[in-house]
Amino acid sequence: MDSSPYSRHTPYGTCDSHHQHRPHGSHRQYHLYGPYDPYDPYARYGPYRRLRDGLRAYRMIAAMWIRSTMAYRLSFAMTTFGNFAGTVLDFVAIMLMFSQVDELGGYALPEVAFLYGLTSTSFGLVDVTVGSMDRLGRRVRDGTLDTLLVRPAPVLAQVAADRFALRRLGRVVQGLLVLGYAVAVLDIEWTPLKVLVVPLALLSGGLIFGALFVAAGAFQFVAQDASEVQHAFTDGGNTLLQYPPTVFAQELLRGVTFVLPLAFVNWLPALYVLGRPYPLDLPVWAAFASPLVGAGCCALAGLAWRAGLRSYRSTGS
Amino acid sequence: MHVESDFIRLDRVEKVFQVRRKTGFLRSERREVRAVDSISCTVARGEMVGYIGPNGAGKSTTIKMLTGILTPSGGRLRVAGIDPTRERTRLAHRIGVVFGQRTTLWWDLPLIDSYRLMHRMYRIPDARYRENLDRCVELLDLGGLLDVPVRQLSLGQRMRGDIAAALLHDPDVLYLDEPTIGLDVISKARVREFLRDLNAERGTTVLLTTHDLQDIEQVCRRVMVIDHGRLMYDGPLAGLHEAGESERTLVVDLERELPPVEVAPARVVKVEGPRQWLAFPASESAAPLVARIAEAYPLVDLSVREPDIETVIAKMYADRRETSVGGRQTSVDGRQTSVGGRETSADRREMSADRRKATADRAGRPGGMVS
Repeated sequence: MDSSPYSRHTPYGTCDSHHQHRPHGSHRQYHLYGPYDPYDPYARYGPYRRLRDGLRAYRMIAAMWIRSTMAYRLSFAMTTFGNFAGTVLDFVAIMLMFSQVDELGGYALPEVAFLYGLTSTSFGLVDVTVGSMDRLGRRVRDGTLDTLLVRPAPVLAQVAADRFALRRLGRVVQGLLVLGYAVAVLDIEWTPLKVLVVPLALLSGGLIFGALFVAAGAFQFVAQDASEVQHAFTDGGNTLLQYPPTVFAQELLRGVTFVLPLAFVNWLPALYVLGRPYPLDLPVWAAFASPLVGAGCCALAGLAWRAGLRSYRSTGS
Repeated sequence: MHVESDFIRLDRVEKVFQVRRKTGFLRSERREVRAVDSISCTVARGEMVGYIGPNGAGKSTTIKMLTGILTPSGGRLRVAGIDPTRERTRLAHRIGVVFGQRTTLWWDLPLIDSYRLMHRMYRIPDARYRENLDRCVELLDLGGLLDVPVRQLSLGQRMRGDIAAALLHDPDVLYLDEPTIGLDVISKARVREFLRDLNAERGTTVLLTTHDLQDIEQVCRRVMVIDHGRLMYDGPLAGLHEAGESERTLVVDLERELPPVEVAPARVVKVEGPRQWLAFPASESAAPLVARIAEAYPLVDLSVREPDIETVIAKMYADRRETSVGGRQTSVDGRQTSVGGRETSADRREMSADRRKATADRAGRPGGMVS
């Protein structure tokens, strides 16, 4: 029976040999006690621990990607510059439009710049942090998602940090510049509430766009080639919000307020600051509901993500 | 709880996939595919098990369930007492996984950077990490490679790098999916030797799937053969020959050219001058055969050749396919008679229950068929 010339190495023969080969002392003996061993640092794994571990894993993986990009410094410098130039051209297009008309839907250039700056900054921040979610479909297709599932870190954090790219900061910089220009040029009577609304808008914009990215990622568990669908919603939503709501039809406004609440990203907060009437006769406090709407979106996206991951783990595709 | 002998335990584990097939424009047909069909077995701590079967037999699906990637559709599954589905993250600290065709190393970064990430992600104590890294570097011969970007490594070097990455956190179980695929002979030998040493020194349980039967011959004492999602054989490698009705070959050199030797149950398959090749069932002992030949013929020299395991397994698959035409029941019966024709199915059930009770003490018992 013993045809292998290496039999002395394998503790197969008798029970005794298992113990003989167990290392003593230095090895993690606590494994012998079973699943809920008090010495096992991984025994209790609550939601707070999950969040902390997720952020920790995110930081570590993002750092690895930054180092990876730095392996090609010239390429990094060029793509960063290209990214920035591309987004600058984006706003130049709007300025060109205003060289032909004085106002767009009743809004002058500085007001449109205010809308543009708010959405572009929050979208840019989300693009930097979770912008690679669209690669999930590819990972599902080629099976590399499995390598993430055997790591002791939440999958969402690992997928979000995948291909982390600092070059995407170009859009944030451009958004902030446009926002700064708008604030400098606009003649706004600042009240404490109006000052408060600006960071709230950036926060809730980030939450809403972030939720959109995560939900779209969850959808890619089901439809693996849906990254273009994701772009239609994320990039499309961002472009939509760069224009004042008055240029769009009522039905569309209802859709982006009550169904996919993009209106809370910048429209409602910006209109509050500008002292303009809201679309759809919404109450004045609607601008302050933005963070709540953002949190709600994130909760729903989290559920969608869990459902998507569960579906992947039960279908394997 | 018997952590030592039931370290990995599968109880009637199933995995059913819904496969949608397009039958027309916008029309599709749903079909159930049983990738894993009621597999039960246990693996003791410190065992080295080879998991073989043709493509699409359910090997990878089983590995994915054991690592917590996939959720079983039915049955019960425990690895080190942990339910892989419910506690994926906790299990991750106890297992190491090497996917032969998918590297977990960072392509553009030096090898050492990937290890540093493991160090932090798994929260490996510093001293432990250094000790494990030094050991892996020495045994896997990675010394000069730590500062080389992974994209510049050869396939064999990268595989060794991947194996080291999977072992830095002292896993109790190491799963390897096709660990030697695409490697040259020297790299293969080095990987196999490392696995044997690892098992001997650390008592790490090793489970590997492979297409290369040399992996099994040189590393594993226990083999599981899976086909169409069912466990067809579970036992020592030697028993596989028996189950596959394989034949050994006796090569005899006679003094001069003679007509074919006539000794039952052997039959002459080839004659070349004074040398003759005789095939006989692998389960038979060669000794009486040799004695009888020596008595009746002028024997100069002889040698016994073991059957080629690849043909054995191919024959097993072929047998199953032939008999499975008439439905599953026939296939089981057909298999039974091919094993020895003596066992009844009740015996067999008893045997597999027995196996579950005392896995550790498997040595010396011939492997039985599990249905």
